[in-house]
Amino acid sequence: MSESTDLLVRGGTVVDSVGTSMRDVAVRNGVIVEPDALSEPHVVDATGCIVSTGLVDMHAHLGEPGDEAAETMRSAGHAAVLGGFTTVLAMPDTHPAVDSAAVVDHVRSIGSSALCHVEVAGAITLQRSGKHLAPLGELAAAGVRYVTDAGFGLQNPLLMRRALEYCRPLGLTVGQPADLRALSAHGHMHEGEWSSRLGLGGAPAEAEEIMVMRDVSLARLTGATLHFQTLSSAGSLAIVGAAARAGVEVSAEVAAHHLLLTDSDLVSYDTNRKVWPPLRSSADVAAAQTAVESGVIDAIVSDHTPHTTDRKERAFDEAEHGTVGLETALAVALTAGISVSSALRALSWRPAELLGLGDPTTRSLSAGATADIVVFDPDLAITSKASEMATLGTNSAYEGIELTGAVRATIVAGRLVVEEGKVVA
Amino acid sequence: MNHLLSIDDLTAADIREILRITPSFAEVAERRISKVPALRGQTVALLFYEDSTRTRLSFEVAAKRLSADTLNVSVSTSSVNKGESLRDTAETIEAMGIDAVVVRHRSSGVPMQLTKWVDAAVINAGDGWHQHPTQALLDCFTLEQQLGDLTGRNIVIVGDIRHSRVARSDVGAFTRLGAEVTLVAPPTLLPAAPDTWPVRIETNLDRALQRADAVCLLRMQRERQHEALVPDLREYATLYGLTAQRAAALGPDVPILHPGPMNRGVEIAADVPDLDQVLVVDQVRNGVAVRMAVLFLLLGSGAAGMPAPALVDDVETEDAR
Amino acid sequence: MGERERRGAPPYGGTFVSRAVVMDADQIRRAIKRMAHEILESNRGLDDVVIIGLQTGGIEPALHLVEALETIEGSRPPLGSVDVAFHRDDIGLRPVLPEAPTDINVDLHGCTVILVDDVLFTGRTVRAALDALNDFGRPRSVQLAVMVDRGHRELPIRADFVGKNLPTARSEAVRVTMSAVEIGSMQK
Repeated sequence: MSESTDLLVRGGTVVDSVGTSMRDVAVRNGVIVEPDALSEPHVVDATGCIVSTGLVDMHAHLGEPGDEAAETMRSAGHAAVLGGFTTVLAMPDTHPAVDSAAVVDHVRSIGSSALCHVEVAGAITLQRSGKHLAPLGELAAAGVRYVTDAGFGLQNPLLMRRALEYCRPLGLTVGQPADLRALSAHGHMHEGEWSSRLGLGGAPAEAEEIMVMRDVSLARLTGATLHFQTLSSAGSLAIVGAAARAGVEVSAEVAAHHLLLTDSDLVSYDTNRKVWPPLRSSADVAAAQTAVESGVIDAIVSDHTPHTTDRKERAFDEAEHGTVGLETALAVALTAGISVSSALRALSWRPAELLGLGDPTTRSLSAGATADIVVFDPDLAITSKASEMATLGTNSAYEGIELTGAVRATIVAGRLVVEEGKVVA
Repeated sequence: MNHLLSIDDLTAADIREILRITPSFAEVAERRISKVPALRGQTVALLFYEDSTRTRLSFEVAAKRLSADTLNVSVSTSSVNKGESLRDTAETIEAMGIDAVVVRHRSSGVPMQLTKWVDAAVINAGDGWHQHPTQALLDCFTLEQQLGDLTGRNIVIVGDIRHSRVARSDVGAFTRLGAEVTLVAPPTLLPAAPDTWPVRIETNLDRALQRADAVCLLRMQRERQHEALVPDLREYATLYGLTAQRAAALGPDVPILHPGPMNRGVEIAADVPDLDQVLVVDQVRNGVAVRMAVLFLLLGSGAAGMPAPALVDDVETEDAR
Repeated sequence: MGERERRGAPPYGGTFVSRAVVMDADQIRRAIKRMAHEILESNRGLDDVVIIGLQTGGIEPALHLVEALETIEGSRPPLGSVDVAFHRDDIGLRPVLPEAPTDINVDLHGCTVILVDDVLFTGRTVRAALDALNDFGRPRSVQLAVMVDRGHRELPIRADFVGKNLPTARSEAVRVTMSAVEIGSMQK
């Protein structure tokens, strides 16, 4: 399917940031056009499906460069478009870390081998060591809009303050995984009834909440743009909600798995469900679902973290953290009971806005907009199997779980890359 | 169920059945030739990732009294092996045609993880802080020998409960048998969410001992004082150790258990282990019989493993086929 | 665990349904008395004789036999029991659990052991019992007393003292208590 082929997405219900309507969507030369402008288009059947702007993942670990055994840009791109993502923000925890313009350029160039758009996040500190600031001005000049030490929250409050201060005039959003390591240090899962029963060291929700409190204060102090990554505890969400009401510029994301799975799902010591922050209690999961619906949570992310089997086929406390998630994020959100419009807001419209993608008016499927489009059946249930996924990572937290909501087609910049749930590009 | 991973996998009836048949196995030890052919031709691998001479020997003797072959798979405990692939080890064992794997590991959950990769029966001989089900069974057996039925009895467990697989297993077993359990420890050594455990919590040992029908002491590891969990061992011994005075206050009829090895002067005062009511030797002896029962149930009692097998009533039908 | 419903599941259990009573309580008592006389005659008294009942069906007949011997001789031979669960040749093939600990408090070396069971059928239980006895010493001789010999032997084993020879079909079942010997079948 070449880029110049005209496409007509027919028979679906268009849900975008403007509203909901039954209409066909036409694509020519990478942009959306009026349907009557086409002659003999390739028809994408969207009967019974939702048609919306392509999904945007603010948080994915793509493996390349440095961990090509677990994932490459190409395999991650396939996984992304199968999950309906047309844009993915690559985390900077690669080898080497993305802490210079040269690495930004390299990641961007290998990112072109992916079927989706790849945006590049920079590191806050050199080699993500949490010690010295990376050349943030150089990163900004290279087009980076978002910096994070990905996986390592900045522990030192003075360094965090400096990073926020320094990033503010550069227009950089600071992404922070909120985790007070000194308090969560011996934790392999959420501290509570289940860690107690399973005999695993627990990380209390308070380790996250204390960090959220601290960084809300620092955001207020510095006036910088702060984004909390993968919040997982009800207490954190309450603090962020209160901060937003008080006018502090903070945004927040939740990983899809924190909307569906709980600490009790670790009963069989499935290391593929060992994630960080850890799966929390059912009360925390309910709070996260509510926060997505209410808008306290801006974004749902995949926190896609591919691993080879050897890093997971270990004792639980020795296994690596993370689950793959690009292919399942939308389905997991819908299975968790998130409404279609809230899911799309958190998986497409709001993250695009936070990352400053395109112009704000293009988060709709109106004529003239870039043709990044997802078509999904919100009612189709599929039993998830890691072996059938496109990611090279073998670590899926959802093995054998029936997920409702399946991507049928994905169009990236006018190019049909997924059709009938399969990669066609 | 073809494995013994956790005491929580057993019902009260299952535990009672194991305890009922245990004396039959204890009797074997008293024979002139203390070995029966029950598990002849079967191989039991002892996979110990963590040093534990007494538990390994207990399982080894148990297997040998039943005529099973034993295979010691010594896995180096050096830190170099951290993060080794469990599946590789499991598949190696599987390829050797092992019938049962007795596994001890420093990490919680490893025995359950092994069941994904091996067809052999997996017996948990202690995993991390999680479970040590045969210890709980032998503790139940030892207490019942002294106290009879445990229903309504108040059993006090003292010590580092947070990090104790013995405590987790004992609580599950004792409460299933109808006993009331009181945990005594400084709050730093209590497990997370103690309110979700079916127990009473007490921080004052003397108060707890006043109504104790039995006392189980746990081993206090010296490293705990370096993790700021207790100020120092001397204070711990004063507040939570079974001193001679406390033992005297208990009276001679209250059995005292300890899973061993004991830290004399820490959780138990130097001379207390020599009292008749301290049943450490009984625990060791009973441990072999209980482990024989478990091995026999998993490997010798018929295809269905642990469940109590059918007893042919007092009727002689087709005898054996 | 906890599959207790397997108890009584075919083909190992079921309910015994009686078809006919072949011995009543009086006949059983007389048979035991006769067997006691035979044992005394054949062993010229009770010197070094040890009676051992097989778990579980042989326990009660053994006890009655000991009482009969005591009535006749005025002295009581040692009584023990043996559980053959650990010595069966079908371990792992069908559910087998020990019933009660084996209880043999005498050194069997040089003794005359009278094994007692309720029914002699294939002979495999007796073979297992002979094996178990080895753990307790080397008896001078082992003799077998059974309440019912129903035939269908699968091993070269015969009874020395028999309460009643009872021809049966393989599919039939025999139940022995001290009040009746019945023939019938197992209903699954």
